[in-house]
Amino acid sequence: MKSFTYTRAETPEAAVAQGAGGARFIAGGTNLLDLMKLQIETPDALIDISRLPLADVEPHEGGLRIGALAINSDVAAHPHVRARYPMLARALLSGASAQLRNKASVGGNLLQRTRCYFFYDPAAPCNKRTPGIGCAAQGGYNRIHAILGASEACIATHPSDMAVALRALDAVVLTLAPGGDRRRIPLAGLYRLPGDSPQLEHVLAPGELITHVELPPPPPGRQLYRKVRDRASYAFALVSVAAAVAVEDGMVSAAQLAFGGLAPLPWRSAEVETALIGQPATRETFAAAADALLMGAMGQGHNDFKIPLTRRTLIAALTELTEA
Amino acid sequence: MAEFRMDADYGASALDRGVQGLLGAPIDRIDGVAKVTGAARYAAEHQPQGKLAYGFPITASVATGAVKSLDKTEAEAMPGVIAVITDDPRLPREAHIIRAERMPVIDGTLESYGQILGLAVAESFEAARAAAYAVKVDYVAVKGEYDTRAAQHKAQDPHQGAMLPNIVKGDVDAAMAAAEVAIDVTYSTPYQVHAAMEPHAAIAGWQGDELTLYGSIQIMRGFTPVLANSLGVPIEKIHVLSPYIGGGFGGKIGGPETLLAAIAAQQIGQPVKVQLTRQQLFHSVYGRSDTHQRIRLAATREGKLTAIAQDSLVSQKTGLGFFEPVALGALSLYAGENRRFTTRIAKINVTPAGAVRAPGEAVGMMALETAMDEMAEKLGMDPIAFRKANEPTSDPTSGAPFSTRRLIDCYDEGAKRFGWDQRVATPGARREGDWLIGMGMATAARVNFLADSKARVRLTPEGHAEIETDMTDIGTGTYTILAQVAGEALGLPIGAVKVRLGDSRDPSGAGSGGSFGAASSTSSVLIACDAIVAELARRMGAAPEEMTLKDGHAIAGNRRVALSDLVGGGAIEEIGVLTPGRNSRSWSQGTFGAQFAEVGVHVVTGEVRVRRLLGVFDCGRILNAKTARSQAIGGMIWGLGYALHEAAVLDPRTGAYVNRDLAEYHIPVNADVPQIEAYFIEEIDPHASPVGAKGLGELGISGVGAAVTNAVYNACGVRARDWPMTLDQILPGLPGV
Repeated sequence: MKSFTYTRAETPEAAVAQGAGGARFIAGGTNLLDLMKLQIETPDALIDISRLPLADVEPHEGGLRIGALAINSDVAAHPHVRARYPMLARALLSGASAQLRNKASVGGNLLQRTRCYFFYDPAAPCNKRTPGIGCAAQGGYNRIHAILGASEACIATHPSDMAVALRALDAVVLTLAPGGDRRRIPLAGLYRLPGDSPQLEHVLAPGELITHVELPPPPPGRQLYRKVRDRASYAFALVSVAAAVAVEDGMVSAAQLAFGGLAPLPWRSAEVETALIGQPATRETFAAAADALLMGAMGQGHNDFKIPLTRRTLIAALTELTEA
Repeated sequence: MAEFRMDADYGASALDRGVQGLLGAPIDRIDGVAKVTGAARYAAEHQPQGKLAYGFPITASVATGAVKSLDKTEAEAMPGVIAVITDDPRLPREAHIIRAERMPVIDGTLESYGQILGLAVAESFEAARAAAYAVKVDYVAVKGEYDTRAAQHKAQDPHQGAMLPNIVKGDVDAAMAAAEVAIDVTYSTPYQVHAAMEPHAAIAGWQGDELTLYGSIQIMRGFTPVLANSLGVPIEKIHVLSPYIGGGFGGKIGGPETLLAAIAAQQIGQPVKVQLTRQQLFHSVYGRSDTHQRIRLAATREGKLTAIAQDSLVSQKTGLGFFEPVALGALSLYAGENRRFTTRIAKINVTPAGAVRAPGEAVGMMALETAMDEMAEKLGMDPIAFRKANEPTSDPTSGAPFSTRRLIDCYDEGAKRFGWDQRVATPGARREGDWLIGMGMATAARVNFLADSKARVRLTPEGHAEIETDMTDIGTGTYTILAQVAGEALGLPIGAVKVRLGDSRDPSGAGSGGSFGAASSTSSVLIACDAIVAELARRMGAAPEEMTLKDGHAIAGNRRVALSDLVGGGAIEEIGVLTPGRNSRSWSQGTFGAQFAEVGVHVVTGEVRVRRLLGVFDCGRILNAKTARSQAIGGMIWGLGYALHEAAVLDPRTGAYVNRDLAEYHIPVNADVPQIEAYFIEEIDPHASPVGAKGLGELGISGVGAAVTNAVYNACGVRARDWPMTLDQILPGLPGV
C-alpha cells in the first residue's frame, strides 16, 4: 500500500475543500481498501467522511431522502424503505454479506468499482487502470462480463445491486462540489458508458461529494428485485431485475425497470417500458419487452448464457408482478 | 518405550476395560474456549523475542521464461524497508510437494505463474508490501503449455513406486464390446485450491545458530527435515512450533513462507513474519489438478458389472512427481472381473499439483458415482439396488479380505433416514412452485492408511496425565480425542489430561494428513497407556485385566487406591510407538458411506440450491461423536461446493488463475448450506489400528458431489459432466418460460 495522508473531515464543506486535490473520500472502505492493498487505487490522501452528519433517512416531498453515509443495512431495514420501496430493500439485502452491508455506505455503494477479474489483477492489461493498454477480458474468461453497453475498450459490469433499484426508482443524487456548488444529478446521468475512456466511470468532478440520494414517491404497482447468482449469498449478480409494474384492467399501465449484471452501469431501457405500457399483461407482451431489451445484446463467449438467462428471468419477473 | 508393529491385531487393550465413559462421547473440544477467546495463538499471532519485521514475497507476473533483470533500487530506498532479498540461493520459488527433500529454489527460470522471486522485508507489513510491488522485473517471456488436454499426446504414465500405479485386470475393451448394457462417458473437474481460512504464515527468529519457527504445519516430521535441508542447518538446531492450525486440508505441509521467514530473519538479525495473501496462496501453494476422466461400465441386463474402467488425464508442473490418484476410491469398491484404472499425467506449466483433501476420491468418486447413476438409469434399476448388486465379498482388485465393511448397512440406514422411497425415478416429475425437486445418492469410499506415530504419556505424581507429541490439530479435534483415549485408558476425567501438540521436540506423531492422524496418534497414546496400566497393575499387585481405573483411582480386589498414591514421587512415563505392518497389506482397509442429497433447480434460471444432505458413514470406532460429525459435515459441505461452485479458472493465455480471491473463487457460504445430517455405523476395526478406528477426515467429501449431481438430474433431467455445475450448463435443458 502506498503511503497516504489521512484526514477526518469535520464538515461536508471541509471535506470537499480537502478533496479537490485528488484525494479520495473514504466511508465504509469495503471496496477502496481492497483496491489500495493491490495498488489499483493509490491515493495520496484519504478524507474520512464517515462521521459527517449525512446518515439520516427521512421522508421528503412525498418521497425519501437518504443520507449518503447511511449504511446499507440501515437503509434496507428502514420502515419507509421496506413499506414503500421494497425493491430497494431487497436489492440491498441481496448484496455482499451482512458484515459488508454493516459497513458499506450508500454513496460508496454507488461508486464501487467493477469486479472484473482482470481489473483486480495488476499484471493483466486493463484500460480502466491504464488507458490504452488493452483489455484482458476480451478473449479471456468473461463469464461475468457485459452483454449490453460494453465497448471495444471495456466489457466490465457495474457490480451494485442497490444502484439497479435506485435506477428503476428514478433516484436523484445530490452532490456538493469544491467551492460550494450543489448539484442534482439523476441517476440516469451519474454513470458514463465506457466508450474509449473506461477509466471515466461517472460525471463527478474531483472532490465532488455525494451527500444524499433522493427518491421520488414510489412508482405505481408492485415491486420486485430478482437477483440470479451462482451461490445463495455473497455473489455478484449474473443478472438482476428491479421492476415496478402496475396493471389496470389487464393492461400494463406503468412500468419502471432496471437491470444489473448486464452492463457497465445499472441498465435501463426506454424500449422495454414502451413495449410494456399500454399493452396487455400477457406472456407475448413480456416476451416483446425481453426482445426490446436484448435487441443489441452481444455475448463475449463465456457469458453468452446471460442472453437467454435475462430473457427468462425478465419474463418470469413480469409474470410474477402481474399475476392476479 | 512401548512399541507395537501392526503385523497382527493389537488385541485387548485398556480401552476394552475402560469405564470412564470418555471414549466416543460427544465431548466439547478441550481447546475450544482458548480458540473462541483468542487465547489460542495461530502462526501469525505469536510474539517472538525481539522487534518483529515483516516480509512480503515478490512474485513473478509471467508464467514461463526467465527473469532478465530485477531492479530493487527504488524498493530498497523506500521508508521502513530493511532489505529486499533476492539473491540467497536457498530462496524458495513456491511450496514443495509431498516427499520432496527440500523446497524448490529460485534459479531465474520461470515454469509456472506466480513463482516467488524474493522477499521484501520492512518494519511494517504495509511497507514490505509496497516495496515488493516496487521491485521492477523484466522478463524474457516464452509461450508455455497451460492446457492439459492439448498436452495429452505427451502425457506420462505414473512413475515407479507411485501410490497408484496403473492397474489393468482382464480385458475391458472386450467386455465393453460384448456387454448387454454399457456406458462410456467423460467427465471433468477443474483446478481447485484448499481455501483454508488461515492463510499460510510463519514467524522465524534465530538465537545464535538456533532457529525457532512458528508455523502452520500439518505434519511436523515431513516438514522439519525439508526446512533443515533447505536452510543448510542441522535439524537439531531447528525448533518448529505449530500448536494451532486454521485449516490445512493437505495444503500445509510447509509452504514457502517458512523458509522465506527463516532466511530473512537470519539475514537481518531480527525475527521476521511472512504471511501469504489470499491471492498469493493460489499460485505459491500447490492445489488440486484438473482431471479429465473417461469412465466405462459394462453390465449384464440384470445389473452385474462385468467391466469397470476409470482412465484419467491430470496435470502437474514440469519436473514434479505427485499426481492426483483419481481412481483410488474405485479400486476396491465394486465387483467386476475386467478392471482398468489408469492415470496419465501431462507435465506442463501449471501451478504444482499436490494433496488436497481426499486426493483421488474427492474428484474421482464424483465422476464414478455419477457414472453409476447414469448406468443405473440405463439398466432401469434403482441406484441403490444397482450398487448392492455389485457389492464384492473381497477386494475385487487385490483379492484381500475386507477388514470391516458396512457399506450395505450405510445404504439401508441412509435410505430409511432420508426417505429414499419418496424418490420418483423419472426426472422432472416433482415440482414445488418454481422449483424442480430431485433426489440423488452416491457411495462414499476412501482408502484407509495407518502411519508411524509416537506419543509420550506421563502420569504425574498428582495423578494427572500429560501427553506430548508433535502430532497436530488442524481443526479436527486431535487435542480432544487424545485426551479422551488417555482418560479412558487411565481412568481419568477429561480435565485431568493435558495435551501438548505441534512441538517438533516432542515424540514424532503421525501428523494430520491422509485421514491417518486420528487412528495413528490415538493408537500411540494407547500403546503408552497400556504400558503405564501394566506398571500400575504391578504396583497394585494385580493383573491389568483384574484392575479397574476410574476417576483417578485404581480398583483391584477390594482395594481402591488414588493414582497419585500409586505413582508416588516420580512420574510414570512411557513413549508409545506405533509402526504400520503387515495388516496394511493382508487386509483391504477402507472407509465407506452412503450420501444422499435433495436439491431444488429453479425452473426459470437453472439456479441449484441444495435442500438436504444426509450421510451415513462406516469408519471404524468413533472417538468423539461431536468432532466426528463435524469432520463428516465439513467434508459434505465441501463436496457440495465441488458439485456446484468451486473452480480455479486457468487463463490459457497466461497460465494464471483468473479468480484469485474468495469473492470470485466460490465456496459454499452459510446460505448455501442446508440441513445436514451425518450418522455413523460404528464397528471397531481391530485389523486397522490398535484403537479400532479408521480414517474419517476425507470420507465426508467422497461421493457427495455425485449425490448432488444425481439429484440435479433427477430434478430436471440435465446431466452435467463438467463440474462445477453452474446454471449456464443447466439452462439449455430447462422447459421454456
